[in-house]
Order: sequence, then structure tokens, then C-alpha cells
Amino acid sequence: MQMRSRTIQPGFTFEYFMWIFTRISGVSLVALGLFGMVGALVLGARTQLDLPTLMRWTFFPNPNHVVNSNIPDVAIGWGTAFWQILQILIIFLGVTHAVNGLRVVLEDFIGRSDLRPFLRGVLFLLWLFVTITAVFVIFAS
Amino acid sequence: MSLDRKVGFIDGLKYQGGSPMWAWMMHRVTGLAIIVFVGLHVVASFFMQQTGNDIATAINIVYEHWAFQILVSFVVIFHALNGLRVALLDLRPQFQNYQREALWLQWLVFLPVYGLTVFVLVRNALVGG
Repeated sequence: MQMRSRTIQPGFTFEYFMWIFTRISGVSLVALGLFGMVGALVLGARTQLDLPTLMRWTFFPNPNHVVNSNIPDVAIGWGTAFWQILQILIIFLGVTHAVNGLRVVLEDFIGRSDLRPFLRGVLFLLWLFVTITAVFVIFAS
Repeated sequence: MSLDRKVGFIDGLKYQGGSPMWAWMMHRVTGLAIIVFVGLHVVASFFMQQTGNDIATAINIVYEHWAFQILVSFVVIFHALNGLRVALLDLRPQFQNYQREALWLQWLVFLPVYGLTVFVLVRNALVGG
């Protein structure tokens, strides 16, 4: 069995950029999740906040996301520009982190074959579609 | 350059990587699981709301079950804590010498966080909240 490592190009390459981005976005997502949870607890302290609602707000703080919950003033207290910015940050960092992670895992299996440009194209379109749809949902709600 | 893989999956598992190797594998598996979970959650919720599709409704019933949520919270909390460990150890090359100690610390943090989550989930299931 012979194992060879990947060829490593020096300098500021795409892989290096995504390597840094993965770490920064990962740490940011944990911080954003904790922030959303604390925010939901503060906002829910004056209403009746159950556990599913708390989790829905933690991972995607959108008023539509908690529309089934029994919260009377969801549009007033929760649907603000501040939370919209947080939603966009969560979506952008989360989707990019996820699609890049998928790319790394898949490329570990296929190596540098003719499939790779095609795969990257598909993943890029997926990333674009999910991001645009999510941002549309955020602004429409 | 592609890797020459003449190693099967079972042979790969025999590699004596120890706990860091298992953490690396679990990070990949949990990462893919989160993509599947969140993707299905979005698609299923969309079709349940728009068309009332039976399969979409069934997926959401499974997702809301407390037993499934115990599994999902394990996956999410592990991926988050392991990712934090990786990001922290990557700050300085010397930190890599303490990988195994860092992993012990990671499980030490994981246990109370996950334990509390399971406790809350089971309690909510028992009282019917």
C-alpha cells in the first residue's frame, strides 16, 4: 500500500482560503447559535417559549420559522433588521461551510479526475440557489 | 494528483490512528449527516406547508420525535465541539502535540452539554411538552 500526499502549492490559493474560511465560519456559527439562543431566551422571557421554538430561533431566527408557535407578537419583537442581518450571516456562513465541506469530502474520493470541474460547477449552482432562496425568504418574511 | 487508493473500507478502519482518526471520521460523518438533515428539513417543511405532501409530513413527524432529536443533538453538538477543537489546535503548530489531551477535554465538555440536552428532551417527552 502506497500513500501519497496531495501536492501543496505555496501561496494564497483557493484551498488555503477555504481552509481559513472553514475555521472562521465554524467558530462564528457556534457564536451565532449561542447568541440566537440567548436572544430567544431574552425575547421569550415575557412570552411562553417552549423548547422547539427555542431551537428553531437558535438555528434560524426568522419569524416564519416560529410561525406555528404560540407567540403573540412575533412580528414586533422578533422581525427586526438586526435579526435579519443575523439570519443572512447564519445562512451565508452555514451554506458556504456546508457546501465546501461536501466538496472536500467528495474530492477526497474522486481525486483529480475529469469529473472535478463538473462537480464543482454543480456544487457552485447548489450554493447559489440555496443562498439566493434563503435570502429571498428572509426579506419576504 | 489523485491518491492511489488500493485500500478497502474495512482495511482503512484497521489503520492505527487512534482517537484523533476517529474524531476526524466522525467529523465527516456528522457533517454529511447535518447536510442531509437540514436539507431534508427545509424541503420537507416547504412541501408540507405548500402541498400537504404525505411523505413530507411523515419526515417532519420523525424529525419532531424526541428519540430522533436525541440523535440529532448528538450529531450537532459533536460536530460543533470537534470543530472548535480543530480550529483551536490549528492556531499554532505546537498545539498538535496535545491532540489526545484536547480530545479528552472535548469529551469532558461534551458530556454535561449533551447530558443536559438529553435530560431536557426526555423530561419534555415525559410531561408531553
